[in-house]
Amino acid sequence: MDGIGARLKRFEDPALLRGEGRFAADLDRPGQLHMRVVRSSIAHGLLRGVDASAALALPGVAAVWTERDVADIPRIGFRMMGLTHLEPYRQPILAQDRVRYVGEPVAVVFAEDPYLAEDAEELVLAEIEPLPVLLSATEAPRDFSATHGTEAAVLRKSYGDLDAAFAAAAHVVELELSVGRHSGVPLETRGALAYLDEEGVLRMLGAAKVPHANRLALARMLGLDPAQIHLHEGHVGGGFGIRGELYPEDALACLATLRLGRPVKWIEDRREHLMAANHSRQQTHRIRAAVDAVGFVLGADVEFFHDQGGYVRTHAVTVPDLAAAMLPGPYVFPAYRAVGHVRLTNKTPGGTYRAPGRYESSFVRERLMDAVAERLGRDPVEIRRINLIPREAMPFDRGIDTLGTPLVYDSGDYEKLLDKTLRHVGWEALQARLAERRARGERVGAGLALFVEKSGLGPFDDVRIELDRAGRATIATGAASVGQGVATALAQVGAEALGIPAANIRVIHGQTDAVSRGMGAFATRVTVMTGTAIAMAGEKLRQKLIAQVALLLQRPADRLELVGGVIRATDGSGASVAIGDAVAACLAETGGDALCEEASFESHHMTYPYGVHMAVARVDVETGGVVLERLMAGYDMGRAVNPMLVEGQIAGGLAQGLGGALLEEFRYDAEGQPLSITLADYLMPTANETPEIDVLLTEDAPSGIGLLGVKGAGEGGTTAVGAAIAAAVDAALGGRVFVSKLPISPAQLRRWMGDSA
Amino acid sequence: MNKREVVFTVNGETRRVLVEPRRTLADTLREECGLTGTHLGCEHGVCGACTVLVDGQPTRSCLMFGVQAEGASIRTVEGLAAPDGTLNPLQRAFWENHGLQCGYCTPGFLMLATWLLERPTPLDEEELRHVLSSNLCRCTGYQNILAAVRAAARELDRWTESAPA
Repeated sequence: MDGIGARLKRFEDPALLRGEGRFAADLDRPGQLHMRVVRSSIAHGLLRGVDASAALALPGVAAVWTERDVADIPRIGFRMMGLTHLEPYRQPILAQDRVRYVGEPVAVVFAEDPYLAEDAEELVLAEIEPLPVLLSATEAPRDFSATHGTEAAVLRKSYGDLDAAFAAAAHVVELELSVGRHSGVPLETRGALAYLDEEGVLRMLGAAKVPHANRLALARMLGLDPAQIHLHEGHVGGGFGIRGELYPEDALACLATLRLGRPVKWIEDRREHLMAANHSRQQTHRIRAAVDAVGFVLGADVEFFHDQGGYVRTHAVTVPDLAAAMLPGPYVFPAYRAVGHVRLTNKTPGGTYRAPGRYESSFVRERLMDAVAERLGRDPVEIRRINLIPREAMPFDRGIDTLGTPLVYDSGDYEKLLDKTLRHVGWEALQARLAERRARGERVGAGLALFVEKSGLGPFDDVRIELDRAGRATIATGAASVGQGVATALAQVGAEALGIPAANIRVIHGQTDAVSRGMGAFATRVTVMTGTAIAMAGEKLRQKLIAQVALLLQRPADRLELVGGVIRATDGSGASVAIGDAVAACLAETGGDALCEEASFESHHMTYPYGVHMAVARVDVETGGVVLERLMAGYDMGRAVNPMLVEGQIAGGLAQGLGGALLEEFRYDAEGQPLSITLADYLMPTANETPEIDVLLTEDAPSGIGLLGVKGAGEGGTTAVGAAIAAAVDAALGGRVFVSKLPISPAQLRRWMGDSA
Repeated sequence: MNKREVVFTVNGETRRVLVEPRRTLADTLREECGLTGTHLGCEHGVCGACTVLVDGQPTRSCLMFGVQAEGASIRTVEGLAAPDGTLNPLQRAFWENHGLQCGYCTPGFLMLATWLLERPTPLDEEELRHVLSSNLCRCTGYQNILAAVRAAARELDRWTESAPA
């Protein structure tokens, strides 16, 4: 049986292992032009003009566009509607009048060959008059334009009586904590291939994540009827939140295809990627907590500063919104107030990255727990334990909203997972061993961090299942795959619903002409939302088939079941009918090639998985280097469709979280020049920096949302890794809470060690 | 720019191509030979996604020009499986151990590991981590890549347990 719960090998893999993947750069269309973007080399300045004459004189250059050529194209909007107050901060597809970060597109070249396009790009001269740069969100805001300041929004979320909490406090703990600028950095850079098909429909290959939403957005920007444009996802070399968003380059490639009448291919290079694709994470928090005599947090007051970069992109304020709403995590926090300042700076614009807002706020919350423990001289695990939301309080309504949904934890037994995780790692024995090693002079310690994740963001998902006479199914979904194994996991859900082998199910995703609407793959939503829609459509098919067989066999439908590809009596007696024959019988009346059912699942609540991360770190006092000896996650997701894939998601997420904790940072010099524009400067973990990882999956708190009990697992590997590593580094150095900033660079660590000496 | 003729073999087959001297080996393989299994992740020699074997040595094909491959014997990911598509033991181990997610870095890891497994000396844990740390993967956290190469090494009798630390 390869339905839900099976550790099924992925259907995606053989082609990828043979080198037969079809990633964006692998695709071509006859007669295609190659696009190359000319980018600003100045972080902030007035765009006085662009001289493209030398580039245009190169043989093989078909066109060069500058700001005037695209002045009629609307700026890139937000996926959420009604955010008019943010509209002045939207990015144009080529800079208009002013550049706001190094890497901003100022012109675009179209040529017969990609090498030639790069030659031409170097000949395009942008005249930019430099302006003073703003590089910090904690500095006072300045003018963004004549009418708007650089503080684009102030988010406020609060509940409970904060004044009473502080009045009753035995202790007040205050911290300033910041998380550095880093991002998803998938191994495949962005890319697109746009062309007009025989019917004149514009098609863009290389889409990812949210093809349906981007199709509508592009149609609006280009003035097309949505029927005149389709987006298609091929293989995608990693998503992580940043890939598949609508960027200027997507619109430029599509527009050029329409205007120049030829296919246009664009493949980003790595330097461009590191300064043009969404950055994320950079936030500074000031938190004050009212704590009672035993360490229970009565209330928390947090103000934070979100460094948005040069423009507000497609997510609008999703990241700081989630940071503000989910900061309290698994703890009660009877009173809470968050004020988030979303500020524009002269750096690459920010967007979501795996566990957006939660990586940042989990660092803040868990550092706070460690600081409370330090202040009261109590064990950090015990402090966490007394603050946890008890199982009896589920479902737990925070009384605030996020992403337009009420924040209600649907299910969870946080203490049980904490206990299971501590048992799994042998926490006490581990602590004893580490204490022994410290006594011998080693700087080594363990830290842990708890978190609540979110998944299954609605509002809907549609699927259509077609079942043919051979008993093979095709499931068309509006989901997307960014390499996480969607085709396999959804086939398993289909196998469970239809009682046929997963191998007999083909899953279509990421094609806007296959399903009329779809939400795509983000916010850890696919298994919950699309999975439930599949279960619903599958159930309809199952009932239809059983009703048909009931007629054939002259037996009551409620005495029949569909299992193992046949419909038979529940008591096993009498004849059975193969599923394909039952389909044929249904189609005998209606005709057609396949029996078809559609279903739509709607949900206005998210479902909340949760976890514990644990790290063991060793510090080299001489160099300030941190070596991770172990990383571990305990994670409860209600029910795992394919535990092997879930463990893979968690392990990969842990490694990305460790990157942000120790290695990865987009740094800038004082003029706003980016310093991390190669993979030799932007350091990602390798097999050397990534320690043994183990994952404990539990299924103690099934989701009440959807039909499957499933919660998502796409992001829970990453959420609290930074916090856990910070605690481990503190423990290695003797237990004082002093890691206040990520990433923990060797230079920073040496400074802290100097301060504490 | 003037093109030059270059002759080399890829996966045992002789290829004669006309390329500009500045064209990288990676682009030559992808565009001139149609072998798009070799992927470009950074084009500056860090990520290793474009690793191929040139005369038996793992090589970043983004850091070598096509014209430098004159007379060379090149192996790419397309040459690993049997002609009927049957996966070889290393590819199978990646499949069975969930050693890939998006699959973009996979060809580079496969070629690097192919070299590791074909060396005369047996492989141990330290060497495995050390060598595989020359390539980047952004999806897996490396655990299952390491497990896959370990499994393949055992199957091919190329594995040795390290001396206990």
